Amino acid sequence: MNIVITKEDLEKINFCLNKMISSSLAHSVLLIDRSGQLIAHHGNTPEEIDVLSLSALTAANFGATAEIARMLGEEEFSLLFHKGKSENVYFSAIGEHVIMVTLFDDQTSLGLIRLQINKIIDELSKILSSIFKEKTNPINDPFRLS
Amino acid sequence: MPFINFSKDEIQCKIVYYGAGFCGKTTNLQYIFGQTKEETKGKMVSIDTKGDRTLFFDFLSLNLGKIRGFDIRVQLYTVPGQVHYDATRKLVLKGVDGVVFVGDSLKVQRKKNIESLINLAKNLAEKGISVRAIPLVIQYNKRDLDGTDSEILPVETLEKDLNSMLKVPSFSASALKGTGVFETLREISKLVVKDVSRKIMLLDKQSR
Repeated sequence: MNIVITKEDLEKINFCLNKMISSSLAHSVLLIDRSGQLIAHHGNTPEEIDVLSLSALTAANFGATAEIARMLGEEEFSLLFHKGKSENVYFSAIGEHVIMVTLFDDQTSLGLIRLQINKIIDELSKILSSIFKEKTNPINDPFRLS
Repeated sequence: MPFINFSKDEIQCKIVYYGAGFCGKTTNLQYIFGQTKEETKGKMVSIDTKGDRTLFFDFLSLNLGKIRGFDIRVQLYTVPGQVHYDATRKLVLKGVDGVVFVGDSLKVQRKKNIESLINLAKNLAEKGISVRAIPLVIQYNKRDLDGTDSEILPVETLEKDLNSMLKVPSFSASALKGTGVFETLREISKLVVKDVSRKIMLLDKQSR
């Protein structure tokens, strides 16, 4: 499956991410896919953070915890939260293909971040589901009737 | 799964270095990282244990320049080679666009090479990808040990063991000294980009 993002799609995504940053006071938001590719990135991320490596590690982190979830009889954990002394990170699954990474410091609170994430996820999942809609090939479709 | 961003005119591809434990996958990436210019590479990330064994993966992002107006960015990953880390290997293979299979020239590793190649084919098949269809390059590593006390297999034997069915491009290399490392990377990048351009043209046709 190829993922193609058009300018219009990206504008819609950027609009959502901007809204997320201004309403939650997080300093940056990243949208990545489950294989570790960066889709979009917004905010004032400190220069020393390499967002591409962060994307790869996030996807791996999600994959690893999904295995823990399966061991516990869960399908997956849809959110992960890591707390540091000043920097915190919140990972949320959006559908089966995308992860949103929210980076924030002590300028805001976890409660506000969670509230805004829940609001934005619905909007984002609508946009993303149209991008990730797989074209089913009738020849390869095992459920084809004839 | 190439990631095509028409807004930034950028294509991101994922290349995975596969092979048995201690065959030199991480050494390949380390050499590439050491030899590329600052502006074309990102940071190299390694998740390994104290004994130099890769626990999860190594990761390196490189900018290969422009093709048909698109910036090509490749992300190089390695997998842990040890047999019992199969779940991790499957995770790293997610969304892969091309594979470099690193074969170990040491005679004692002969069986492990074959097992690892079969494991690659199996794990790709689980994702609906045929090992014969995906861009693939084989590298015979540790050729610098030729003529030393270590017993190594001749390239012909390795070729017969690993490439007699696949018939993909193969390279002799020494990841430690750097010979053959960039030749391998160049070839796999070429194959992946060719594959991606074919997919883009197909998409173009479909959208018309």
